Amino acid sequence: MPIQFQGVMQEHQCVRDGVGIFDVSHMGEIEIRGPSARDLIQKLMTNDIDSMQDNQALYTLMCLKTGGVVDDLLVHRFSENHYFLCVNAANTEKDFAWILKNAGSCDATIRNTSSETAQFAVQGKHSEALLQKLCETSLNEIKYYHFKKAKIHNFESIIARTGYTGEDGFEIYIDADHAEPVFRAILDAGKEFDLQSIGLGARDTLRMEMGYALYGNEINENSKPLEAGLGWVIKLGKQDFIGKAELEKQKHAGNRRKLVGIRLLDRGVLRPHYRILKNGAPIGELTSGTFSPSLNTGIGLCYVSSEYAEPGTELEVEIRKLSVPAEVVKPPFLPARVKKN
Amino acid sequence: MEVPKDLLYTLEHEWIRVDGKNAVIGITHFAQEQLGDIVFVELPEVGSELEKESPFGVVESVKTVSDLYAPASGKITKVNKELETNPEQVNNEPYGAGWIVEIELSDEQGLESLLDPDAYNEQCEKEQE
Repeated sequence: MPIQFQGVMQEHQCVRDGVGIFDVSHMGEIEIRGPSARDLIQKLMTNDIDSMQDNQALYTLMCLKTGGVVDDLLVHRFSENHYFLCVNAANTEKDFAWILKNAGSCDATIRNTSSETAQFAVQGKHSEALLQKLCETSLNEIKYYHFKKAKIHNFESIIARTGYTGEDGFEIYIDADHAEPVFRAILDAGKEFDLQSIGLGARDTLRMEMGYALYGNEINENSKPLEAGLGWVIKLGKQDFIGKAELEKQKHAGNRRKLVGIRLLDRGVLRPHYRILKNGAPIGELTSGTFSPSLNTGIGLCYVSSEYAEPGTELEVEIRKLSVPAEVVKPPFLPARVKKN
Repeated sequence: MEVPKDLLYTLEHEWIRVDGKNAVIGITHFAQEQLGDIVFVELPEVGSELEKESPFGVVESVKTVSDLYAPASGKITKVNKELETNPEQVNNEPYGAGWIVEIELSDEQGLESLLDPDAYNEQCEKEQE
């Protein structure tokens, strides 16, 4: 996936105003099936797998015993005994090894299907109308964070109403052998909607405007997911799972730090690792930073001590040795427009 | 790729248009294309001194940050304030409305080491390989 095709700004706007397609085939897929599949996934994940229905997707973390994050991912449930995970590309091998190690001798088959699976994200308000041209199944019936097995351009696929942009949209999983004809068919069907290919640059500006965490930036094996604001996917009320004891302890102790949004008050661009200052004294460092095409200024994410976490708190960002005024924002930086039933 | 014949160039992809003691400086078509969408330009102060080959400002695209290097020494007489609100002019018209600073040259001798249009064209072709 290249950084850009037509240009980051234009591609960003294309997704916000119409529809864009991302070839995210680099993402990893892991299939888990068998009588113990559910118990295994429930043990590995912080979110509550037992709450899932068939054809539902769920965002979750997979944690170490220390509470650090192995990966953030989506679980898709075909049936009680059959699931597939969509994981971060760079973590695929690590995740697969971690799952195998923790599966031990349990009765489940675990397969890394990444190399045989292609994935396209079609995102933006015209995504449903566009894809409907290629599907007989009614896409209108697929609710947010649900999916269907359906034919697209006559090839079997999984069509999920999920995404990483804050717009309504779909993620399509398909056999890698059928990827090319399907991609071409989508491009062709998309002409009337001015569909464009979107690169990694706009993928990042789109997710940043939503304040979505990116593995490797906001979360990693040393981070505390409760500080990252991910408590909503950590269900401490469910049965035991890896990391539960430590996360309970952290929750009880309370958050010393919090991940907040940072927005420049004047025009500028934020970058990862820029230092955040309060009255000239360093209080943190950006985990992500970019330029928001929608807000026309720099936005970023940063862990700060709870006393500075209140939205509206005025801070400074050190940009090339200058202190530039900024304020704390509660993400998302702009409202999401996903289709919530 | 556009390389106007009446300009001189640096290896870092700045151009300079010399008119007697005065000169206008910007970045080239090649440079803006490599950077992508320019969203911020940090300009120096009018009255400050430029030193040949030293950084005097910054252009930022969504993707990256790039220093501006002075093609010649001199005193800044004007900066393109328009770029504070419309930095995309550097993409749209790198040799026109996207100019960055105007200077009064302190040393015309220094211009001899700059690239002429043909040499600059060659340089760009090399970098594109």
